[in-house]
Amino acid sequence: MKNHVWRPLFVAMAVVGCILFVRTLMVPSDFGAHERGYMYGWHRKSNEAEWKAVRVKYRTAKVCWGCHKDKYDAVRNSAHSSISCENCHGPNYDHPKDPLGLSIDRTRSLCIRCHSYLPYKASDRGGIRGINPETHFPQAECVLCHIPHNPKPMNQKREATS
Amino acid sequence: MMNRREFCKKAMIVVGGIALPLTALEVFNPKSLQAEKEGTGKVRWAFLVDTQKCVGCGFCVKACKIENEIPYDANVTRTWVERYVVTRDGTTHIDSPKGARDGFTTMKIDQNKEGLLDISSTDIEKAFFVPKLCNQCDNPPCVQVCPVGATYQTGDGVVLVDRNWCIGCGYCIMGCPYSVRFFHPVYHVAEKCNFCYHRISQGMKTACVDACPFGARRIGNLRDPDDPVTKIIMTERVNVLKEEYGTKPQVFYLGFSKEVK
Repeated sequence: MKNHVWRPLFVAMAVVGCILFVRTLMVPSDFGAHERGYMYGWHRKSNEAEWKAVRVKYRTAKVCWGCHKDKYDAVRNSAHSSISCENCHGPNYDHPKDPLGLSIDRTRSLCIRCHSYLPYKASDRGGIRGINPETHFPQAECVLCHIPHNPKPMNQKREATS
Repeated sequence: MMNRREFCKKAMIVVGGIALPLTALEVFNPKSLQAEKEGTGKVRWAFLVDTQKCVGCGFCVKACKIENEIPYDANVTRTWVERYVVTRDGTTHIDSPKGARDGFTTMKIDQNKEGLLDISSTDIEKAFFVPKLCNQCDNPPCVQVCPVGATYQTGDGVVLVDRNWCIGCGYCIMGCPYSVRFFHPVYHVAEKCNFCYHRISQGMKTACVDACPFGARRIGNLRDPDDPVTKIIMTERVNVLKEEYGTKPQVFYLGFSKEVK
């Protein structure tokens, strides 16, 4: 057998071998088929821990309760009891360390998310007391008259007379 | 002296032998394959959406964007809320301005470049809201099409994207029948809802579930028969999106309507 016949084959084998060697260096050791098998579980296992390490921003009302028990109790007995504190006060992060204070959203656009009246009877939206934002005191902030922590009409009157 | 035919034959055998991966020689155990298919873990996350309770406030979308670091003003979002307005003439109007990040505050339907369509309340036959998010399918087509193993399913059923591994080819974005995937504007890789994996894996609920004031969104563990969400999924009239695709979606809907796509 002549050398010139085999030589290209050796080159091809060397290239394939080289690619396989580089591949073993570059592919992480935890890359492979995991719980969900070859079709759905072919991945780098350590990425799961990377996703678990994402910082939690919304830490729920349980965290607020530790310091702001008075406010927590007031809201809990009101019609707004189901609204999470952080929906209006913003995400907690590591408050009070970081940030020191939270910026409260008192804008009309926040309130009319629910209280702009839409006559959609097939969903619960049609049952929420609402206003037309274009005609209902368009220049005023809702919190001038309404108390978000205790929004019953009776309480507004009491507040106004006191 | 070797003739050409013989050379080709031998070369093919050698190259084929080199190219043969070791995994091809693995003997499959039918029991382990079955376990892979059905899963053996103690947790399988599933989601329950009650479209009757959803009022379209969009607090879920706002919380999701902040919690998962999706640029707030970019017009992409992991979850969104659609409004369906069926009028008396039989047409269905669907809109979701900014993914309902700021809620639905007007009767006007956003028709993109065709402008706003005002529908009077007397013309409405029925109208409702449908929150959408990743279905974390049992047969995720987005995972099958990934050429590099960057997107995958964890043992507890959540489909994740490896940001270091994704090459940004976009096959998964096209492969998802529910259009829940998009390119992250900062990282330039595929992005999707992952049921707030960092929250659920430490016993919390997802950000959208915690933000929903009406209980329209709930998350539960399908492998726990005492889980209240699992009980509803097993015993009540729930439906899934696009069942005909065979993806086995794991987001279940109460109060489904035939107009929902």
